Amino acid sequence: MASVATTAPRPRRRRTKLQRRQTRIAWLLLLPSLAVVAGVALYPLGRTIYESFTNQEFLALSPTRWVGLANYRELIHDTLFIDSIWETIKFTLITVGFEFALGLVIALVVNSRFRGRGVMRAVMLVPWAIPTVVAAQMWKWMLDDTFGVINDLFMRLHLIARPHAWIADPSTSLASVCAVDIWKTTPFVALLLLAGLQVIPEDLYEAAKVDGANVLQQFRRITLPLLKPAILVTLIFRTLDALRVFDVFYVFFGNRPDTQTMAIYDQSTIVGDGHVGYGSAVSVAIFAIIAIFVVIYVTLNRVREA
Amino acid sequence: MKGNRRRGLTLATILAAALALVVGLNAASAGTAHAKKATATKAMKAPKVPNAKAIRAKYKGQTITFVGDSVGGGHQRDMALSKQFTKDTGIKVKVVPHPAASDASYSQLARAFSTHSSSIDVAMVDVVWPGSFAPFLVNLKPALGKQAKIHAAGIVKNDTVGGKLVAMPWFGDYGMLYYRTDLLKKYGYSKPPTTWPQLFAMAKKIQAGERASNPNFSGFVFQGNAYEGLTCNALEWLASSGGGTFIDSKGKVTINNKNARNILNLFRSQIGVSTPRGVTTYQEGETHTAFIDGNAAFMRNWPYAYSLAQAKDSKVKGKFAVAPLPHGTRGHSVATVGGWQLAVSKYSKHKGAAIEFVRYMTSMPVEKFDTITNSNVPTIPALAKDKAFVKKYAPYLSPATANVPRATRPSSVLGTKYNEGSKDIYQAVSRILNGTPAQDVLPGLQSQLQALVK
Repeated sequence: MASVATTAPRPRRRRTKLQRRQTRIAWLLLLPSLAVVAGVALYPLGRTIYESFTNQEFLALSPTRWVGLANYRELIHDTLFIDSIWETIKFTLITVGFEFALGLVIALVVNSRFRGRGVMRAVMLVPWAIPTVVAAQMWKWMLDDTFGVINDLFMRLHLIARPHAWIADPSTSLASVCAVDIWKTTPFVALLLLAGLQVIPEDLYEAAKVDGANVLQQFRRITLPLLKPAILVTLIFRTLDALRVFDVFYVFFGNRPDTQTMAIYDQSTIVGDGHVGYGSAVSVAIFAIIAIFVVIYVTLNRVREA
Repeated sequence: MKGNRRRGLTLATILAAALALVVGLNAASAGTAHAKKATATKAMKAPKVPNAKAIRAKYKGQTITFVGDSVGGGHQRDMALSKQFTKDTGIKVKVVPHPAASDASYSQLARAFSTHSSSIDVAMVDVVWPGSFAPFLVNLKPALGKQAKIHAAGIVKNDTVGGKLVAMPWFGDYGMLYYRTDLLKKYGYSKPPTTWPQLFAMAKKIQAGERASNPNFSGFVFQGNAYEGLTCNALEWLASSGGGTFIDSKGKVTINNKNARNILNLFRSQIGVSTPRGVTTYQEGETHTAFIDGNAAFMRNWPYAYSLAQAKDSKVKGKFAVAPLPHGTRGHSVATVGGWQLAVSKYSKHKGAAIEFVRYMTSMPVEKFDTITNSNVPTIPALAKDKAFVKKYAPYLSPATANVPRATRPSSVLGTKYNEGSKDIYQAVSRILNGTPAQDVLPGLQSQLQALVK
């Protein structure tokens, strides 16, 4: 900015007609996309924030009233919602951690040259391309304690003595839902990281080899630093997705109280109980929690860059 | 080099997507194959629409949307009847199956009514909903008041809110105990259990014996998932053991009592012992599948499962019977009242055609058709009292099972808050079944319900 100001101090009135026309055209061309953003993002967000200050209900017989901060005051003491926050954060930390570690390994493997690499890349993407609800239902059947194939397999391998109800038993329910998400989303993480790996110039590695750097050194000094932008994008994507998780949990647990994520709780508050006002306050809280994560990531990145 | 790589990646993505599509479609078709297996539509023709000519002249060419059934063979019945209705009257019927969990179905309708949507003309309405939906439904009394007189007076009263007939009785429901006659004999029992402890003892013994040849076998299955069905099941456990009905008819919350604690803890102790551990994820579909596949000795379910278990491809055809549900050591058998009504939305653009459809669907011939093909409970007493008919088609309607005292969910006390109250109930029971002692859960449920009642 500063350099622009000193080298090109162009006063406004000297703008040519052409420039002004171009600016106008630019705004005109931007208008449709701005309208779309306003329509699908800003309006719903504003409306949700507005409704969070009201007592709006489905099937309400009395008119909706402005209730100020009442919904938020209730929210602070809502143990079900607070439990759902922890459940979601646990899920996020576990899945994003595993997906990142596994995804990085897979990306590195698939990035190296070997026969059948194309096929390998195709095969690894399969889980990611299956619709989540379909995948979740498949896994629900596979994990069932009476007819599930997973129990059959584990029993044949003598890993377990009796069939286990992976989804029903509270001690394994979170693990089973995490496993499905990791199975499904690791390929996506690998794909993003692979894209990052492919823009690293080969000659850097050649130069490192000439200088006598071993593989580990190459990874630490070349791959990781140059992959950092891709890693950051991947982590942000995955964290935000995981915090909003709904589908796998809904298929696996429905309205079971001990396994609710923030999104499940919000949905059952608004759609199930019909508390639109209170549910909107929940939505705003979820929005704020996710925003905190984004801020953390972005600052981490800034600090490292500085 | 780069271009090549990129092409490789694109190709890989396309390949993966294609593969996924195949897998997805396969999984989806596996699902429908399952549904087909469960229903096995019978070769009975849908009844003709009476007075079709006059209806045709008035409403021909109109299209109505009917939010219908999805449990058991319900959707097949809706399709067959709608097809006949369209053929006779020229009114097109779009049949949309509702979510199988009743509470999810309630939410769908609540959303449509709240937004004054005209997308639904006729909807099937659970016996516990008329109170909350009444302001959004058409008063059917002028058009169908006469036909309502052939239906059971109790149900008509349930469907009449503020003097307006907001829904027409369609079919009834009550919980029953299905049991395997062959297995009872094999293990030396002469009759089905009458108390819950007896049921669990028998289930455990039969399960232990059958596991040797069938590792998937369980003693007892019921609807233990956290949804409306669990509220219905739990109501039967409580009411049959002197544990009350969550909230009494005067609006007093009674759930936190000793008998309720005991029976809930008894069920908790049986999860994974005489039931599958996964029974806490079962809705109706999983329950009847286990029974029909010969993987359970006892099942709690609604009458609809009778025709499925008696169908050609059922492994238990001719090997089972029904009985009243067991009761506590102190108490008597009860059955939760279920049942479905048909209602017309106030926001419908084709009310006339919609009412004609409801008239047809709740007529005597259609209820007879539904009883025979789907083993549902007719809401027309004349049908249920026809001894020859009951003996031939609907043994579950015999006085022993059909005349058991009914337990009613606290819908009239909770009104528009029923769905929320029921959620509090089934979530609390789900916690208990999944391991938390009842005494740690019920005080919380007591205060949750208290907050809704006041």
